[in-house]
Amino acid sequence: MADNLFTVEIITPDRIFYHGEASMIEFNTTEGEIGVLKDHIPLTTVLAPGIVTVTLEGGETKQAVVHAGFAEILGEKVTLLAEIAEWPDEIDLDRARKAEDRARERLAKHEASLDVARAELALKKSLARQDILAGKR
Amino acid sequence: MASMRDIKRRKSSVSSTQQITKAMKLVSTVKLQKARNRAEQSNPYFDYMYKTVCSMLAKAGEVNHPYLKESESDKKAIITITSNRGLAGGYNSNVVKTITGSELQPENTEVYCIGNKGEEALSRKGYTIAASYPEVIEQPTYEDALEISRTLLEAYANGEIGEIYLAYTHFKNTVSQEPKLLKLLPVEINEDEVAEESATSLMNFEPNEEEALDMIIPKYITSLIYGGMVESVASENGARMQAMDSATSNAEEIIADLSLKYNRARQGSITQELTEIIAGAEAIS
Repeated sequence: MADNLFTVEIITPDRIFYHGEASMIEFNTTEGEIGVLKDHIPLTTVLAPGIVTVTLEGGETKQAVVHAGFAEILGEKVTLLAEIAEWPDEIDLDRARKAEDRARERLAKHEASLDVARAELALKKSLARQDILAGKR
Repeated sequence: MASMRDIKRRKSSVSSTQQITKAMKLVSTVKLQKARNRAEQSNPYFDYMYKTVCSMLAKAGEVNHPYLKESESDKKAIITITSNRGLAGGYNSNVVKTITGSELQPENTEVYCIGNKGEEALSRKGYTIAASYPEVIEQPTYEDALEISRTLLEAYANGEIGEIYLAYTHFKNTVSQEPKLLKLLPVEINEDEVAEESATSLMNFEPNEEEALDMIIPKYITSLIYGGMVESVASENGARMQAMDSATSNAEEIIADLSLKYNRARQGSITQELTEIIAGAEAIS
């Protein structure tokens, strides 16, 4: 089993969020969900807010939320450059709920000054944060 | 010769100044360590960002993207990163000098200021201050950088500005900091590295290069701004530490000199008194 491992790195501006070996990594891109195994073709893709699941050697999984950024996939190595990345225990559920409400409100009002893309992004982020906490329980 | 009282007063004033500079040095040493850690931790992100952008540009050589080609507008924007407080040696004035010494002249340049000192100096020199974010430099976060880059990219997309520059202080090590002027947009990347990357990379893009560029270049700009901020904070504290260190040792020198003068004056006054007494005694006998 040991030969299907590859290196995963998740880097944010503040820290190296995660570095380790994994047998599979799944995450959201702007084009849809993607699961990467070893020896994937080289690919650079843009991340969408969502949950990253890293499957470790023994089948154990680790989950985190990433918002915005991009991923560079090489055969032996996957690098996620995320603007924000959080472990589930770093997420403030109340804040995520409030952010969701705010985003929905803004989208519902549909004012002329509304930046739809930004509001939708905020909504997606808050949903991703809540999803990961719901999945854990 | 100055009187003993004057010398004493001067000495106590210098030594209280020395206490202040000593305390400031200690504070900036601690702050420097923190800022330096932050700068070091953010390094991998920028390295990767730079490499990826290089390899993308190598692939996207023919793509006619607004971020890559020259814009018609001859207006320039510059982001300057300075400190809010002085007493940091040449730290702030060096950044200002790099700007005034370049082709960025007051007539066609708008300044986006992070930090008070740069704003004051540049507006005195006649530059237009388009926006000012003095509170950002106290505790730079990625969100702040995002906010600034968003404002600038909007202006760039609308054709209000044709070029974007960044002036910050590169943190080489504790004793040497170097002011730098960087061109952010249109993107300019070292030709050699692009060539090297293109020879080795067989990268695919999803979505295609053009759309990916559209999303990644803003992130690249943001990361450069953020990197500039954390490095500048480290440089500021490094510069202040040095300045305060030399101020403290200068004060020490002055104090030594004054003590010598004081003792001399004291001895002189004793000698004089003695001579007076002896002369008086002789006159009586």
